[in-house]
Amino acid sequence: MSRNDGAPNWLRRMPTGYHIAQKIIARAAGRDAVMPGEIVTCSVDLALLLDSGGPRRIWPRLIELGVGVWDPDKIVVVTDHFTPAVDAESAAILKLTRDFVREFAIPRFFDMQGIGHVVLAENGLVQPGMFACGGDSHSSNGGAFGCYMAGFGAIEMTGVVVTGEIWLQVPRAVRVNWSGAFGAGVAAKDVMLLLCRELGIDNAHHVIEFGGDTVAAMSMNERTTLTNMAAELGAETGIVEPDETTLAAIRAAGQEPAADALRWRSDADADYAAVHAFDAAALAPQVAAPHSPANSGPVDSFADVPVDQAYIGACVGAKLSDLRMAAAVLRGRRVAAGTRLMVAPASQRVIREATADGTLQTLVDAGAYLLPTGCGACAALGAGILAEDEVCISSTNRNFRGRMGANSASVYLGSPYTVAASAVAGRIADPREMLSQEPGSDPA
Amino acid sequence: MTQIGGAAWVFGDGVDTDVMAPGLYFKASMDVMARHCMEAIDPEFAARIVPGDIVVAGRNFGVGSAREQAPMALQHLGVGAILAESYGRIFYRNALNFGIPTLVFPQAGEIAAGDRLCIDPLAGRIENRTQARTYTVAGLPEHLLAMIAAGGLMPYLKQRIAARGAS
Ligand code: SF4
Repeated sequence: MSRNDGAPNWLRRMPTGYHIAQKIIARAAGRDAVMPGEIVTCSVDLALLLDSGGPRRIWPRLIELGVGVWDPDKIVVVTDHFTPAVDAESAAILKLTRDFVREFAIPRFFDMQGIGHVVLAENGLVQPGMFACGGDSHSSNGGAFGCYMAGFGAIEMTGVVVTGEIWLQVPRAVRVNWSGAFGAGVAAKDVMLLLCRELGIDNAHHVIEFGGDTVAAMSMNERTTLTNMAAELGAETGIVEPDETTLAAIRAAGQEPAADALRWRSDADADYAAVHAFDAAALAPQVAAPHSPANSGPVDSFADVPVDQAYIGACVGAKLSDLRMAAAVLRGRRVAAGTRLMVAPASQRVIREATADGTLQTLVDAGAYLLPTGCGACAALGAGILAEDEVCISSTNRNFRGRMGANSASVYLGSPYTVAASAVAGRIADPREMLSQEPGSDPA
Repeated sequence: MTQIGGAAWVFGDGVDTDVMAPGLYFKASMDVMARHCMEAIDPEFAARIVPGDIVVAGRNFGVGSAREQAPMALQHLGVGAILAESYGRIFYRNALNFGIPTLVFPQAGEIAAGDRLCIDPLAGRIENRTQARTYTVAGLPEHLLAMIAAGGLMPYLKQRIAARGAS
């Protein structure tokens, strides 16, 4: 659906506008404008370091180089992958992370407060127009706040921490518009599982810009589900233009957005590599089969796959909104015998809020097993990993072979609604059926 | 950077980072991690690869995680170069930052497992000695040549820091 006004080439007006990512990159590169394909060097406004690929891998390199960090005020350190310590190795990694923070006097350190991407959002630290880097592929999560935030490896983050700069090839933009309202039991996660199939997972050199009235109506939590999984599309990152919802979330987190924050928008005549349009009302719950998020289809195509474990966790799938989706299905119901439902809330704040509003009570009453906050089983680092040949349906973002444990385990991805419904049924199930029935009236 | 020669290890599309560096071994040493590199899709790979051998793959090689252990494990096993139709974006940057010659090779599908390859990464010249065919592809990215010539990002940063100190 590339934009084409039908005019002959020589007559067609060249697009003169810029998309939001292009504007942010130009600002960070100290340029008036940049064009897709250009290689530029950008100043970094914020660098997110996690316990996994952060201090543990960067500090020895700083020692080797004989230098310190470029600007401690622009670094945020979070422990999440190895929390809580379960053995000598994870304890040592966490200790090293704390020592690093002390050594370099880094003011913003969130120790065991939750998953980094979620903690950044909760604290209003990602803001419109920022150029940010994270040492983790799902750093695209921050793009929901109208900033350019992308993930990089620890070696490259070493360069960032030393120089405050990073090179970039200016990406082309793909605009994805959603219009209409979701039906009951459908959420942003279903959007992304569908897009992994429709756009493919090979979108390097592109930034995915999400828009349309469906996105405008979404909470910030749901918007981060979109940009988080831009990583699954293989994109440079994902981004949503900021609006009043964005600013309200930043203020609620106790920060004040810049007065001109809403100027970070794409021009009407921005040059997009493609523009796609989808109808939210027509979207059914989606499930991705092993071993790729692109192996997705409507939930019915996977009905009757029995599940050993249902997992609600990860940066993408265990925010307060996600736990509430699970609770909406689980209220008055029980997890099936022979299936275990594990819930690892995405942050300590999520635990507090889900306690206050009764969500956790609903989950526990239904038989959910509560795990500590952190990355947990999402990347086979914490509690809840899978044994050989086990089948799991998970609200996480990736289902690569061996991702959640044994190589022969099968991981299906779904929304928190779908994961909860599957936990109740003991097999992959359509949440819409349960949401439309009174608890207890299910003949099954 | 001189010529690289070795046998081809051929993989398909979408080989992900978690297969190269499984999360289960994150806390272990690189020696242990590398032994499990690719085991989910080719249990023989880590045990049988010979230093200098070349990994050839289809689309989206290294899709997924930012974990630098993915290219590190390949390098630890002695992989001399990587040729793939396309790459996961972070993997590609990581691999070049470790100084691994990593080329975009649209005709990767024409290489058979075990073919003897000889590569000049700067010129973008790939010679398949077994099939007696030669390909020319885009060489390493020009803006990274200084870093690659230095041997990767760490030696390059050392050079830059030394130059800063001297000036
Ligand atoms: S929860 Fe999973 S996807 Fe998110 S940062 Fe942690 S390991 Fe990565």
